[in-house]
Amino acid sequence: MRQSEEKLKALIPEAEVYEHNPRRLYIRIPREKLTQAAKFLHRERGMRLSICTGLDTREGYEVLYHFSEDATGTMYTLKVLAPKDDPRIDSLAGWFPATGWIERELTELLGVEFPGNPDMRPFLTSDTDWEADRRPLRRDYERRGEKHER
Amino acid sequence: MSDSEPLRTRPAVGGEPLEAAADKSRRIVPIGPFHPLQEEPEFFKLIVEGERVVDIEINLGYNHRGHEFISPELTYDQIPFLVERICGICSNSHPFACVLAVEDCAGIKPPPRAEYIRTITHELERIHSHLLWVGLAGHFIGYNTVWMWAWKYREHILQVFEMLCGNRNHYAQNKPGGVRRDIRPEQVPQILAALDLAEKKVRMLTKAVLDDPVIRARLEGVGVLTKEQAIAWSTVGPTSRGSGVPWDVRRDEPHAAYGKVPWNVIVFEEGDVLAKAKVRLLETLESIRIVRGCLTDLPDGPIETRIEEVPPGEGIGRTEAPRGEVFHYIRSDGSNRPLRHKVRAPSYMNIASNKVAVVGGTIADAALTLAAVDPCYCCTERMAAFEDGKQKYTGRELLRLSWQKTERLRERYGR
Repeated sequence: MRQSEEKLKALIPEAEVYEHNPRRLYIRIPREKLTQAAKFLHRERGMRLSICTGLDTREGYEVLYHFSEDATGTMYTLKVLAPKDDPRIDSLAGWFPATGWIERELTELLGVEFPGNPDMRPFLTSDTDWEADRRPLRRDYERRGEKHER
Repeated sequence: MSDSEPLRTRPAVGGEPLEAAADKSRRIVPIGPFHPLQEEPEFFKLIVEGERVVDIEINLGYNHRGHEFISPELTYDQIPFLVERICGICSNSHPFACVLAVEDCAGIKPPPRAEYIRTITHELERIHSHLLWVGLAGHFIGYNTVWMWAWKYREHILQVFEMLCGNRNHYAQNKPGGVRRDIRPEQVPQILAALDLAEKKVRMLTKAVLDDPVIRARLEGVGVLTKEQAIAWSTVGPTSRGSGVPWDVRRDEPHAAYGKVPWNVIVFEEGDVLAKAKVRLLETLESIRIVRGCLTDLPDGPIETRIEEVPPGEGIGRTEAPRGEVFHYIRSDGSNRPLRHKVRAPSYMNIASNKVAVVGGTIADAALTLAAVDPCYCCTERMAAFEDGKQKYTGRELLRLSWQKTERLRERYGR
C-alpha cells in the first residue's frame, strides 16, 4: 500500500514515523539525512514540495518539509530539528529550485541557516528599515518599540 | 514612503545582476515594483540583450502583512476572517484550507450539507477568478473585447455571491466544523439560471479565443514552462496543468463534495501561455458542472458540527484554489489558538517558476508571461525604466509593445 513509507524506512532506519491519519504522515529524521530523504521523495517517488514550515520549539528550531505524493493524495512531512546553538540545515536549493525562496524566508524570519543556498538575500522584510537580527517567528521576539503600531 | 524619498532597492549580494548589466550588450528592464498588468507589488528585473530576456531577478515582499505572525494571537473562530483577507479573489480558498487544517487536527468531519455548500462556494469562486484572468490576458494582448466580455459575464457570478453571502468577495462562508450560511431552496433556481448564462457565454468566449488565429499565434509558444521545469519548481494549479503535470488536489485528495460529483481534470502538455489559457477556460466549464451536480444532490441536514476543543497536535489543510494548491498547516497546544499557523498561497510556487519561463522570450512577451501564472498580491501601479537619464519603458509603454506585436500578427493574418 504505502511503498514510499516502507522504502524510506529501509533507506533511513532512524526515521520515526507518526501516522496522524492515512493521508498525513509525519516522519522525524536526523538533519544529516535530510538531503538523502528529500532526494528520495522528490526524485524517486515523484513527490512535490508543498512548502516548509519553521517553528521555534523548546528543543530547537524545527523545520518541516511538507511533501505531497499527488498520486495517492498523501502528505509526507519530514521533520528536522536544528539545535538553537547551531541552527543550520543543509540547503536543498542547489538541486531542487522549489526550496530556494522558502529557505530565504526561514533564514530571515526564524534565523535558521541553510548553507549551500546560492541566493541568500533577504526576501520578505523591508529593504529600508528592518534590522537583520529581528526574527519574528522566534518565541523571544520582542515587539515593543516596533515602528509599525497596531 | 514619502514622495521625496528615493526608491531604494536591495543591493544585489555578489553583484550578479548589476555586474551582468555592466556587460555593455545587456540592459536591465525593471517591471514593477507594481506590475503593469496585475497592478500589484512585485519587482522583476529583466536582464535583456536587445529584445531578448537572458535573465530575471524577482523581488517580492512589498506587501508582506505578517499573517502567520498575527494568526497565533487569534482564536480558531477568528482566524478564517483573517486569512480570508490574504486575497480578495481567492477569499474562499484560504479560509477553506484553514478550516480543513483545524478539522484535520481535531479529527472531525463537517456534515454532508456543509461539504456541498463549501464546494459550491469554492467552484463559483473559481469561475469568477478564471474569467478575471482571461479578461486581463485579453486586455494585455490588445483584445479589449475579450476583456469586456469576460468581466461582463463574471458579474453574474458575483451577483450570485452577493445573494448567497451578502458580499461580492470575502464570503465569510467557512468556519471550523461547517459553514456559516445555508443555501435556501428558493435560491437554487437563481444560481442555476446564472450558471446557464455563464456556461453559454464561457463556451462562446472559449470558441472566440481558441478559433482566433491571431490570439493563437500571439500566445502559442510564449513563456514555455516545460514539464521537467514545472516538477523541479513544484508549481501548482493551471500553471502545472498547462505543462502536462496532471495534479489537482480536488481529485488527488478528495475533500468536501469533490469525490461525489462528476467532473474532469483539465491537462494540456504544451506549457505555453495558450495552454494555460485553455486550462482555465475549460476548467471554468468543469466548475459549472460541479456546482450543478452539487445543487442537484444537495443533501439535507445540519450545516455545522460543533467543535468542543482542538486537541494538541498538527493538522494540514489543502485545497485547489483557482491558482493551484493552497496549503495551511496548524500546530495546536490544546488551547483555543494555534501555536503556529503556516500559510502557503499557490503563487508562492508559481511566481518563482518565472525564473525559467521568462528567460529566452522577448520584452513584448515578458509581462504577459509573468502574468500567465495569474499572480496574486494587492494593488497600485508604479514603474519606470531609465536609460541615459531618460525614461524608457513605462507601464503603458510595455502594454503598447505587447499590443504592437498582436497588431503585427493581425496584419500577417490579414484580419
